[in-house]
Amino acid sequence: MGYVAVKGGVEAIENAEELLKYFRLKGGSKPIEVKQIQDQLRLAVDKVMGEGSLYAPYYAALALKQAEGDTIEASFILRAYRSTVPRNHYSLPVDTTEMHIIRRISAAFKDIPGGQVLGPTRDYTQRLLDFELAEEDEERAACFLAGFLEGLETGAPEGPVTFSKVIDLLREEGLVEEFQAKQQDKTGGREDSVMDITRETTTFPCPREGRLQAMARGEIGGMLAIAYSSMRGYGDIHPTLGELRVGYVPLKIPHPRGTGELYLGRVLVTEAEVIARFADEDGTPKFTVGYGLCFGHNELKAVSMAILDRTMSAVEPQMPAEDQEFVLSHIDGIESSGFAAHWKLPHYVTFQSDLDRLRSTQKRKGEKN
Amino acid sequence: MIKQIVDSRKDKGYNFAFIDEQAKREIRRKTLKAVAIPGYQVPFGSRELPIARGWGTGGLQITLSLLGPDDVLKVIDQGCDGSVNAVNLRNLVVETTKIATTLDTEEATIIQTRHRIPEEKMTGGQILVLQVPYPEALRIVEPSEAKTRVMHAEMDYSKLWVYLYEDIVRWGGITIGARYPAMVNKRYIMDPSPIPRWDVPKLHMADTLYLFGAGREKRIYAIPPHTEVIPLEFEDHKFRVEDFSGLSCGRCGSTSSFLDEIFDDSSGQKTYLCSDTNYCDRRLTGLAQRKGNARNDR
Amino acid sequence: MIDNSTEIALSLQGISKIYGPSCPACIQKTGPEMGTNICPECGSIVACADISLDLHAGEILGIVGESGSGKSTLVKCLYFDLEPTYGEAYLSYYGNGRLNIFSETSQKKRYIRNHIMGIVYQNPHMGLRMNFSCGGNVAEKLLTADCYHLGKIRHRASELLTKTEVPVARMDDLPRNFSGGMQQRVQIAKAMANNPPILLLDEVTTGLDVSVQAKVLDLIKSLQWELGISMLVVSHDLGVVRLLTNRTAVMKNGRIVEIGLTDQILEDPQHVYTQLLINSLL
Repeated sequence: MGYVAVKGGVEAIENAEELLKYFRLKGGSKPIEVKQIQDQLRLAVDKVMGEGSLYAPYYAALALKQAEGDTIEASFILRAYRSTVPRNHYSLPVDTTEMHIIRRISAAFKDIPGGQVLGPTRDYTQRLLDFELAEEDEERAACFLAGFLEGLETGAPEGPVTFSKVIDLLREEGLVEEFQAKQQDKTGGREDSVMDITRETTTFPCPREGRLQAMARGEIGGMLAIAYSSMRGYGDIHPTLGELRVGYVPLKIPHPRGTGELYLGRVLVTEAEVIARFADEDGTPKFTVGYGLCFGHNELKAVSMAILDRTMSAVEPQMPAEDQEFVLSHIDGIESSGFAAHWKLPHYVTFQSDLDRLRSTQKRKGEKN
Repeated sequence: MIKQIVDSRKDKGYNFAFIDEQAKREIRRKTLKAVAIPGYQVPFGSRELPIARGWGTGGLQITLSLLGPDDVLKVIDQGCDGSVNAVNLRNLVVETTKIATTLDTEEATIIQTRHRIPEEKMTGGQILVLQVPYPEALRIVEPSEAKTRVMHAEMDYSKLWVYLYEDIVRWGGITIGARYPAMVNKRYIMDPSPIPRWDVPKLHMADTLYLFGAGREKRIYAIPPHTEVIPLEFEDHKFRVEDFSGLSCGRCGSTSSFLDEIFDDSSGQKTYLCSDTNYCDRRLTGLAQRKGNARNDR
Repeated sequence: MIDNSTEIALSLQGISKIYGPSCPACIQKTGPEMGTNICPECGSIVACADISLDLHAGEILGIVGESGSGKSTLVKCLYFDLEPTYGEAYLSYYGNGRLNIFSETSQKKRYIRNHIMGIVYQNPHMGLRMNFSCGGNVAEKLLTADCYHLGKIRHRASELLTKTEVPVARMDDLPRNFSGGMQQRVQIAKAMANNPPILLLDEVTTGLDVSVQAKVLDLIKSLQWELGISMLVVSHDLGVVRLLTNRTAVMKNGRIVEIGLTDQILEDPQHVYTQLLINSLL
């Protein structure tokens, strides 16, 4: 082979696509409904929304179906779709103290105002394969739901659903660093505008908002690996999880006609704040903070992001996790997976060129000996 | 033209040439800047495409931003129009533009390519768009982008030269196969994309505009027509292209084109075929220019 | 600027390097009289302050002082490794001695580093690329001077290595595998590749065995003798200074406390600190 006729290439691609479909369906089971993926593979959907950087649960679920469950591929499909959607508005900054929380914990204090809210978590379950789940059917599910909801008040809650943040309490006491004004950000801040990494190229040093944007759409595996390297000692920041919250935040835009705000709806996000090794930037020693926020319910990602946010604030980076360029250039799953996959493309020409070099080097060395 | 754009929208729900007009304008602006500073890598806001990063998204963005309804496009990969990736890219362009495509190098107004420059000499009316995996020629000696930018700014190229020096000392000759670095317009050292060394001289003082797009690395650079492009070489260790002396294409008999080495299943023998399939076809039909860019003396 | 009728090769004028926020009191409240280089007001470190001195063509000038006295900082500022907070420097070989080299563009600074000044660091890792061969290290400098003939480069490299007593047979080996003394000699060969008229030597014999030290010092002395290079030699070791230099500046807490002919300073030190330094040697 090697001389691929044009017709052959076209047909091969078409056949490959058909085969894919066949492999997805050949088991003969009922085609999975997108809604089912959206509801029951909730965390996969959230992952895809984050890495695809588009908040669209149904489309994310569809992408997951199309990708046969491969989250990187699904994120890629969603990201590509995203680039065709016009951007009509920029939202107003989201105030996460307005978060309607479903889960909220702090590892820093036993008791926090508002209390620890465990919420839906797998953290304290035993990871035993649940064989009962194999028997789950519509009837059992309905039965569980009815039983679970019985006696629960489903109306408007009496107590507060929003809480002040642990970090803010510490900040009031002067124990935690203030928000850095942009021009003081020694690691790449700019004064006048907010960077948008989807519209401009990241150069280094990169402003903090750019770093956070890149991480919010970063691939969890890559982020986790680099954050873990810091945790193990390659640039340890001595983190304590000040607060981790999962919940819904309201999304608003400036009213397109006239003044005021327009409420668009709410999105589910996970937010993490780690309290780290103290510094005395402004003269007084204070704890430093790392911040993470991502779409959906994705705690590992928010925590990894918060740790990397803090490691990357190093003014003189020594370790991989501290090096903005190292971290930001390698965490985008769409880029890394695309490039890793491109090695499957033909490289006949470059390899021919390498062969030529090797043969002539062998010849030279042979002559010498 | 407007009608065409509307028509294509109706078909697929996407803008003409997929990318929205504002983004296309930005890419064209960055391309113009690249043309104005030959060999300099211009950062651009690389858009996401339904093609994977690393699979030609940089070249594709340039092509899509340049295409008008009257353009005739040719897409090649490894010199071949029928390579699966070339087919895939061409399909995307056709689906979103309905423009004419061709296999014929002469007919094309824009050629998008990966790893090859056509054997036949291109003209001043044509544009060659090259897909680039690594825009940074200095990457082999310096992994940090922040540092290589400074090195370019200061024309601090001695590290790369030492790399070549060390290569010769260690191996008796330079070992860089494809992606051979070249000095553009006496100012910037540039990665010519993974074309074989065979193609590098075609960049020098050409009639054609060469545009280079790296989508994943978000850079555009260019070699305008009639620009000096000199591969790095020592006075006593000259640049040399791949050696095919004594070999010829098993199909068209060419002794002056870049050849693919092929293992024949049935005979178990090695044979050689032109890497540029259109050139090979045209030679068979007697259409190919006998002179032009193809060399007779190698 | 430098008056061209003089024999001055390099002139430093009021060089200061301050780490930290720095305040108006920094200079006043630090120095040998205060016994510190940390500003009590703002906590800034005044690594060196108000250093002015001239290096004459063909002379070896020593800068001596304990560690932390600011002598290495001074040399690193000169070679553009650090940016001085205040001060100017002029080279008779650059812009007719009229241009403050600190305000030149980074491209020009690179030219000065590659053609007018050579440096030999205490730590060979700073001056050499350990993953390049020893010849490659020298070649790196030669290539900045647009010499693109491999044969000529190798010829010049072997010439330099011979001069610095590195066996030419080891030219293609990595300096990583060399002894400390040999690494220093490769560094010297690299620093001299483009025949710079000025050489900066920063504690070049520190950490070497005494016998190796003597050889490196001999080499420096003979190079100066043969090529007439002006040298600035930084050392905490009065023995080195005595052996190499014509004149010596003594530094303490970031200031020059005494400067003069080396013999005179050693025989008849004026400043209390110098006396202390010399007594401790005896």
